[in-house]
Amino acid sequence: MKPTKVTNSIRALRFSREEMTQAQLADAIGVTRQTIIAIEQGRYSPSLEMAFQIARALDVSLDDVFHYPGNEGEAL
Amino acid sequence: MSFEEKSAWIMGVLAVGSYAAYLVIVLGQAAVIPLTSVPYAAPMLWTIGASIVISIVLHILIRMASPRNAGKDQRDREIYRFGEYVGQSFVIAGAVAALIMAMVSLDYFWIANVIYLGFVLSAVLGSITKVIAYRRGFQAW
Repeated sequence: MKPTKVTNSIRALRFSREEMTQAQLADAIGVTRQTIIAIEQGRYSPSLEMAFQIARALDVSLDDVFHYPGNEGEAL
Repeated sequence: MSFEEKSAWIMGVLAVGSYAAYLVIVLGQAAVIPLTSVPYAAPMLWTIGASIVISIVLHILIRMASPRNAGKDQRDREIYRFGEYVGQSFVIAGAVAALIMAMVSLDYFWIANVIYLGFVLSAVLGSITKVIAYRRGFQAW
């Protein structure tokens, strides 16, 4: 399966949020800890709704959590 | 390992194991009587039945071992659907093969066995697909 170009900063953001654990984030958005691990490692791309839930749980905007090549002003 | 990944392993291993047991029983009898005369229905039903019972018991045991991981989320559902979709190709292949065999009036033995083989391959391929999706990654986007 083609790997996703989407990257994320969930791990860094968790640590900046009083070292929130993967289990706490998983509980906050209603998924298993394995799913959070898979998302952090880029092995799973969450749905748009789950992506918003993650951003809300980390108290940041969607763009702060997920990144796509070209985000920094490059043409897509 | 999540509950659903363990479940995929169980289903794959049981499909291979029960089919291997079936082959050993049927091919063992084929040594003394012609293969198409071997009473295949009882071994087939028993191995399928045993596989279902063992599967239920193992699922109960892994659920009891780690109840916190027993939930199913969006990723689990997507991987399950993807695995079933991939595995379904063998069910269709088995059905088409059985249809052709019936048209050319082959023995019921071969028709029943090609359908059974289609189910087994479907379960094995579906389980392998799910395990790979859990291990290597799954991108819905």
